[in-house]
Amino acid sequence: MSFLKLQGLVKRYGNANAVAEFSLSVNKGEFVCLLGPSGCGKTTTLQMVAGFVQPTSGQILLDGKDITGIKPDKRGLGIVFQSYALFPHMTVSDNIAFGLEMRGIAVSERRQRVGEALELVHLGPMAARFPSELSGGQRQRVAMARALVIKPPVLLLDEPMGALDAKLREEMQIELRALQRRVGITTLMVTHDQAEAMTLADRVVLMNKGQIEQVGRPFDMYERPNGRFSSTFLGKANVFEGTAVGGSVKVNDYCFPCPEPAITGEVDYIVRPEKMEFTDDGALIRGTVSARVFLGNHWLFQIDTKLGTLQLTHANNGLPKAAEGDDVGVTWAAADAHIVPREVTL
Amino acid sequence: MTNVRNLLPYWLTAPGILVMLAFVALPLVLTLSLSMYPFLPGGGVGDGLTLANYADIARDDYFHAIFARTFGMAFLVTAICIAIGVPEAYVLSRLSSRWRAVSMVIVLGPLLISVVVRTLGWAVLLGNEGVINKILLSIGVVSEPIKMMYTFTGVVVALVHVLVPFMVLAVWTSLQKLDRATEQAAASLGASLPTVLRRIVFPQVIPGVLSGGLIVFALAASAFATPAIIGGRRLKVVPTTIYDEFLGNLNWPLGAALAVVLVIIVLAVSLGMNRLIERQYKQVFS
Repeated sequence: MSFLKLQGLVKRYGNANAVAEFSLSVNKGEFVCLLGPSGCGKTTTLQMVAGFVQPTSGQILLDGKDITGIKPDKRGLGIVFQSYALFPHMTVSDNIAFGLEMRGIAVSERRQRVGEALELVHLGPMAARFPSELSGGQRQRVAMARALVIKPPVLLLDEPMGALDAKLREEMQIELRALQRRVGITTLMVTHDQAEAMTLADRVVLMNKGQIEQVGRPFDMYERPNGRFSSTFLGKANVFEGTAVGGSVKVNDYCFPCPEPAITGEVDYIVRPEKMEFTDDGALIRGTVSARVFLGNHWLFQIDTKLGTLQLTHANNGLPKAAEGDDVGVTWAAADAHIVPREVTL
Repeated sequence: MTNVRNLLPYWLTAPGILVMLAFVALPLVLTLSLSMYPFLPGGGVGDGLTLANYADIARDDYFHAIFARTFGMAFLVTAICIAIGVPEAYVLSRLSSRWRAVSMVIVLGPLLISVVVRTLGWAVLLGNEGVINKILLSIGVVSEPIKMMYTFTGVVVALVHVLVPFMVLAVWTSLQKLDRATEQAAASLGASLPTVLRRIVFPQVIPGVLSGGLIVFALAASAFATPAIIGGRRLKVVPTTIYDEFLGNLNWPLGAALAVVLVIIVLAVSLGMNRLIERQYKQVFS
């Protein structure tokens, strides 16, 4: 079933593991995002799949065939680079035709397929332009067309939105998603932008320090992070270190409701900021509003408590419910909290 | 007040302009005017203006052969410098920074040695009793020494040796602006390494090849010491001919005319190539 399979990939530079024991199966037509902070090994992993970096050990299987030792020019994968890497001395159509030319495809068919690729990315009128005459978004689409025109089994995207400004990035994300669905191509993308990963991916692979932290669908991962790193990298989170005993979690002198009584012992107790509410009575914890920030569709409050600073957001539906300096009570439903056994920090 | 301020930049550049006028423009003008005086046999410069010296150059097959040899040599040297310098610069740019520093010193080495010393060094290597011939004879590759001193080949070899660094430096500068990802992109699209170098890397370093080529061409066409020592008095090129006219025949006007023709041809070829290549590769120059 799995179309692209990475088995125990390791890349070692000197004594440091850039990627350690990385295993992943990608299904045909699936869009998978490698997400993580810079230096987490996600780009190295992509480069190993592309063939530009040889893994120290491990295997890469494509459609059942071992491609680990095959040179990049024989792998036939479509790659979009962060810098787009368009050939500056060639026109848009020559850029797109390059891969077809390398495959010895006849000029007439080449012209037709370049035309189709340009239509696919809505760049028909730009065929005769040079890359330097295009905008950032247009360059990115040329890079996409150039990678797709060779009908690769897998599309690899290395931070494809990194060079675009925020507004354009959102537009291109939606366009990329639609394009990927339309072509139905198996896609592996690298990004450090969690919003981008959540927008685009069928599955997100969260990486940290060369290892996989968590793999899952964006919604599942957001709702059920498996630890402090996942919860704070994917969205915002309040994380308390506590001890689960029976139906509650003890955090210092506080006692919080426990969503999963089956778990006991040292735990991370995670509550998303949007799940917290102000309350006058029955507060789980009290504190002072130290900052209040207006973010358009919601308000963000920072509340100083005895357990440190909490983050609380609520939708912008009318006036804010507290002001800076106010003494407030905060509560949340047990079902909205999430506990995971404590990560052992070395 | 505004007037003074507007003129200030011109005043500030005045010293530089004066130096240029005194040491570059004036000698050129004097050479040009000298070339238009008649030559009095016996070693004098006559009165009145004439184009007779230019007519001599234009008519005489002897000068044609010398000009043909000079520019043939300059083109050949430039071509060989491109063939050696471009791959050399590419390899250099791929080395680790420590090896790159070492290699750079080796590449620039020829420029650190006086032209006369370096050229005499080549004479030691290339002579009939020279190192190369002795080795070839002793291992039995040839039965008698190959003539390399006082030959066209010998001059070309010695000139390439000293001019390659200019090509390497020029191409190196272009290579540093090259996005390495374009090479990876081409590879991912199925291009083999030779194809990547030919179709992707080389076109992008054309500006460097051009500027390096212009420097090498101009220096090769006007080189004096190397052709004089390796080529000798019989394998004449334009600069050595000019020298001989001035100091041997004492025919200053003819020497000046030769110098003017040399300058004009070098300029014409350089500007012509520049225009042609910039038009051909318009995009990589922007």
